[in-house]
Amino acid sequence: MANLKEIRSRILSVKSTRQITNAMKMVAASKLRRAQDAITRLRPYANKLHEILEHISDISDANTQSVYALENKSDKILLILVSSNKGLCGPFNANVVKKTIDLVKNKYAKEHKEGKVHFMAIGRKAAEMIEVKGYKVSESFDELFDELTYNNVKKTATKFMDLFANKEYGKVEIVYNKFKNAAVQILTNEQFLPIKHEEEEQQSIHNDYTFEPSKEYIINNLIPDSLKLHIFKALLDSNAAEQGARMTAMHKATDNATDLIKELTLSYNKARQASITKEILEITAGAEALSA
Amino acid sequence: MYLEIITPEETLFNGEVNYVKIPGSEGSFGVLRNHAPLISSLGEGIIKIKDENNEEREFEIKGGVTEVLKNNIVILAKF
Repeated sequence: MANLKEIRSRILSVKSTRQITNAMKMVAASKLRRAQDAITRLRPYANKLHEILEHISDISDANTQSVYALENKSDKILLILVSSNKGLCGPFNANVVKKTIDLVKNKYAKEHKEGKVHFMAIGRKAAEMIEVKGYKVSESFDELFDELTYNNVKKTATKFMDLFANKEYGKVEIVYNKFKNAAVQILTNEQFLPIKHEEEEQQSIHNDYTFEPSKEYIINNLIPDSLKLHIFKALLDSNAAEQGARMTAMHKATDNATDLIKELTLSYNKARQASITKEILEITAGAEALSA
Repeated sequence: MYLEIITPEETLFNGEVNYVKIPGSEGSFGVLRNHAPLISSLGEGIIKIKDENNEEREFEIKGGVTEVLKNNIVILAKF
């Protein structure tokens, strides 16, 4: 049986760990609320943008003409990994890396052998993890998460779009965690560019719109906007998912610490009882020896 | 007529208005009740509105797009 002092110091250390994980849980919970708010606030904009694009009846024609919808000749592929800058959030970041490696090994095995799959990372953790596995990350945008605003994200999104428009890459895919609720993150892999055609029923309500300055100009402006919004939405989603994952992980850690403290307290009490019993035994034995 | 001014980060305005002046990319224009359907891209400038009580408010934008349809005006603004 471990000695009393040892157990006591372990209890103390587990207790202080529990305090930390509990505090981290609280922090994640409050950040989660803010991250969720941001997603909710984005929704009206995203919906309206989609609506306007739909109202311009021949949007699908325009889509096929846009630089961002045409397939280009480059056979290089760009994978964008969205993760977090901080750890302690369960399998959140590892999942992104696992999915990416899965893509490289299966879907893009041929391209990878020819060295044509490139990686860029938003968030430090996935970049670190994938570099350990021997893949080179050509560019990182970690600072985006320090201040997650549309204007900051816009610049990075424009960069991805330019790379595609300049035919450096033939395909851009993005891997990130989608937020479902605090406990559930959906690992998502989407094709960012070229734009995939959605086969939806077009019920174009013909309103005789006046276009200022021209229909083409507006469409050419709106499509890049909706692409930037796509990245922004992915980042907001990932951010909320990260806080959710951290909250769950820290909640579990706190629970585990509580269990551990319970166990340790039990063995502490047992050890204390044993030592008392031993002492009494010694005393009575001594007394008996004297009176005999 | 009903006006919404929305950015990716928040909804700036949401409510009934009597008059809106919008900075279109080809010059600014005013919108009154029963305006014809219109989709226009926006330039840098100031949105001026008169709400139900004819009180004026202003919003500065850097661009965006607007849709006017059946007395509903939506402005997707950029900063």
